[in-house]
Amino acid sequence: MPKRTLKSLLLSLAVITVFSVTTHAADTIKVGILHSLSGTMAISETALKETALMTIADINAKGGVMGKKLEPVVVDPASNWPLFAEKSRQLLSKDKVAVVFGCWTSVSRKSVLPVFKELNGLLFYPVQYEGEELEKNVFYTGAAPNQQAIPAVEYLMSKDGGTAKRFVLLGTDYVYPRTTNKILRAFLKSKGVAEADIMEEYTPFGHSDYQTIIAKIKKFAGTGKRTCVISTINGDSNVPFYKELGNAGLKATDVPVVAFSVGEEELRGVDTKPLVGHLAAWNYFMSVKNPQNTAFISMYKAWAKKQKLPNAAKVVTNDPMEATYIGIHMWKQAVEKAKSTDVDKVIAAMAGQTVKAPSGFTVTMDKKNHHLHKPVFIGEVRADGQFNVVWKTSGPVKAQPWSPFIPGNSSKKDEPM
Amino acid sequence: MIKRMFSFFLLAAALLGTTGPAWSGRAVSPGIIETLAGEDSDAKIEAINRLVRDMPDQALPVLTAMADDSLSIADGRLVIMDGDTATDAVSGETLDPAPDNPEAITVNNRVRSKIAECLSALNLFSKDRDARMTSAADLSENPAPESLSIIEKALSAEKDSEITVKLHVARNKILLAASDPTLRIKAARALADNPTPSTRQLLAGLLLKNGDDFMEPDPDVQAAAAESLRSIDRQLAVGDTLGQIFTGLSLGSLLLLTAMGLAITYGVMGVINMAHGEFLMIGAYAAFAVQSVFRSRFPEYQDAYLLAALPAGFLAAALTGMILERTVIRFLYGRPLETLLATWGLSLILIQAVRTLFGAQNVEVANPAWMSGGVAVLPNLILPWNRIVIIGFSIAVLAAMWAILNLTRLGLFVRAVTQNRAMSGCVGVLTGRVDTLAFGLGAGIAGIGGVALSQVSNVGPDMGQNYIIDSFMVVVLGGVGQLAGAVWAALGLGVVSKFLEGWAGAVIAKILVLVFVIVFIQKRPQGMFALKGRTVESGS
Repeated sequence: MPKRTLKSLLLSLAVITVFSVTTHAADTIKVGILHSLSGTMAISETALKETALMTIADINAKGGVMGKKLEPVVVDPASNWPLFAEKSRQLLSKDKVAVVFGCWTSVSRKSVLPVFKELNGLLFYPVQYEGEELEKNVFYTGAAPNQQAIPAVEYLMSKDGGTAKRFVLLGTDYVYPRTTNKILRAFLKSKGVAEADIMEEYTPFGHSDYQTIIAKIKKFAGTGKRTCVISTINGDSNVPFYKELGNAGLKATDVPVVAFSVGEEELRGVDTKPLVGHLAAWNYFMSVKNPQNTAFISMYKAWAKKQKLPNAAKVVTNDPMEATYIGIHMWKQAVEKAKSTDVDKVIAAMAGQTVKAPSGFTVTMDKKNHHLHKPVFIGEVRADGQFNVVWKTSGPVKAQPWSPFIPGNSSKKDEPM
Repeated sequence: MIKRMFSFFLLAAALLGTTGPAWSGRAVSPGIIETLAGEDSDAKIEAINRLVRDMPDQALPVLTAMADDSLSIADGRLVIMDGDTATDAVSGETLDPAPDNPEAITVNNRVRSKIAECLSALNLFSKDRDARMTSAADLSENPAPESLSIIEKALSAEKDSEITVKLHVARNKILLAASDPTLRIKAARALADNPTPSTRQLLAGLLLKNGDDFMEPDPDVQAAAAESLRSIDRQLAVGDTLGQIFTGLSLGSLLLLTAMGLAITYGVMGVINMAHGEFLMIGAYAAFAVQSVFRSRFPEYQDAYLLAALPAGFLAAALTGMILERTVIRFLYGRPLETLLATWGLSLILIQAVRTLFGAQNVEVANPAWMSGGVAVLPNLILPWNRIVIIGFSIAVLAAMWAILNLTRLGLFVRAVTQNRAMSGCVGVLTGRVDTLAFGLGAGIAGIGGVALSQVSNVGPDMGQNYIIDSFMVVVLGGVGQLAGAVWAALGLGVVSKFLEGWAGAVIAKILVLVFVIVFIQKRPQGMFALKGRTVESGS
């Protein structure tokens, strides 16, 4: 008898679960979140997962999208590039998500691209990257090279930036740094910088011993011309790099380092006092003052406290987090405009969407090229790990995914094929 | 430029005392405040010049605060913010209550260099010897042409010989741009005695071509500069080579620390221990845990946490090791393939356990203050303290381990059991217990290595995976069962890979080292030092 009750109990439980799942699924929209929560990229990507969850919770609290609640599906691709493709296939074909917010490194984006094209999924990619890509299934809410790398180098060559004449291009060995440096090399050549005044160096992912490289930089800098370092180092390698930079006494007034993948979040684990004056170029800094940003920061701080994130009292916001926030809101607006979560209809509705961004500017999705029009900021590291904005554009800049500095790009169309 | 020179002339005049100190107490004019808070760097530099010229007494605190990013503007006054307390920058009185919404004055690198320049000039006449020394050293690195008269004035008043040397360097650097070629030649020759990268840079700058002409028009000066440059290059080359050897030794000492534990568990005991990297990781996390305890309980002794972390790291890893030995590994002795798989499984379990306990993200382990920064041995050779400490530490651990294996009863037992288990058992050695203790010792040493690693690299659940290959490489290359072999292999690999890295880049260097090890092992499978023992296995 007891056995039978147990059986029937289990059976009814199962029925209830199945039933509740089906009714549940009917009035929610599933969205995928694809960020590394472990491995070398976790230092950067974990905060993006939190931002996405926060934004989704906020949208749900305000009534959801078309009256339906958003249901986040979080997966961990563990900084493992093939795993990114597997997990995105799982999100699209098993979980049937309407949209995926995710990826940081370009190598992970390249790994998931075929999956999104094959299954006609929709990916919002929130990080600055090297360009050279324009896919129908992807919206790029980070910066293209002309919205980050090129202005930063122009600044270093200007009087305020220190009139740099010699350039060290230092990066992690994968597609983003290699392509960015290819563009920068062509750009520098067009400005009359000689081949001998450019040094290119790469390190593997997770590299932790930067002694030799810093010694090389010092030597390269000692030739009578102002030298600067352009860093495309990604992930947790940045911590030992900046530690070594501080210990070796390489000051920003001698050899400034401008970084494209280092923000407030990456500097959290570093003593920033020896690093004052080193630079970063982004489309957003936490230190920017405006009402949208104040609201964004306090929202994230409250979220961190509620979720009991480690060091919740000291959490920071950064550019890719802002881009994630913008992306989710734009997708929501596009869905409401299209009155459907159908991928093709949403893609059509995305053109021309605008969001009042925490950067203080209204950013617009380009009508054709799937990239945002964003402002550019250049900031110097402060002793407290925040950035002082020392230069910015007067307004949003249109993205050029096909950089004119790469031969053959002029004939490419500024819209997905 | 003319304007700048004029202002510096006035700065000099102010400092020389020709203008009296009648300015003290005068309020900073609103014009200066507005430009200091503005966006335009040119205007800001001009305002700094005016400040120094008009009010040298107040300029010092204002510029010092500006350099520290603590200068703000509130209610039309310059305020120095220190946490929540505000001080009026001009009068020096504390403002109570502190003004609301002080607006911080931001400076960029260009303005910051300017401020540093002015501060050096202002501090040259300080009563404090260290302050004078610092500013003389700053000036000797990067002197502004306009500060020549101040430097000469300071030279005539300065008694301290070290400071005088620095000031002469600064003076000669400025005179390189003098209009009189004989002065330029003299300066170029004198600078040969100052073999620093900044001097090299300056002299090399003279020999650069601007279009078809050299930056330095006079051929005699060119020759003098070229000669000094050669002499400096010779002296700098020494520093470069020493620097490369040092980085190699520092990498080698890290490899040694990470491999030493494996030299016992794999080298002496013969367990193919794939979980070795995880013992390193446990040690590093122990350092993190001890640091957290110190931060919350004994904030005043924070810098000493590392000393407490060493025994903690040892114990945590040794205990884990002994438990694993008792429960899993001891049943697999003599079955290398199963050991390999089992320890690999254990490593995955340990990684996941730590991930669950501490989170998947890296944790922050800070260098104590005494391990930050570096010591300048030569002008172009700065040795970071954390690396020096780790080299010394690895020597200490090596000595301790040698002593344990060769001087203690436990060491004797370990050697006896690994050489002839049956015979040791017969004469009354508790072989099972010795195995457990030996494995615990190896794991504990790995834990200590992990504490050292936490000071130079990232601490995360997967960190051990980065070191397991290197550790096996060291032990196999050195010759299994050999401590001395491991030492030579670690230092050799460190120095070789650093020289390769300097020559071919980090990515290629890693590949070349692996290729080298593969070739070496093929030619000499027993490693660098073959064990010439009478172990039971080798006899059979």
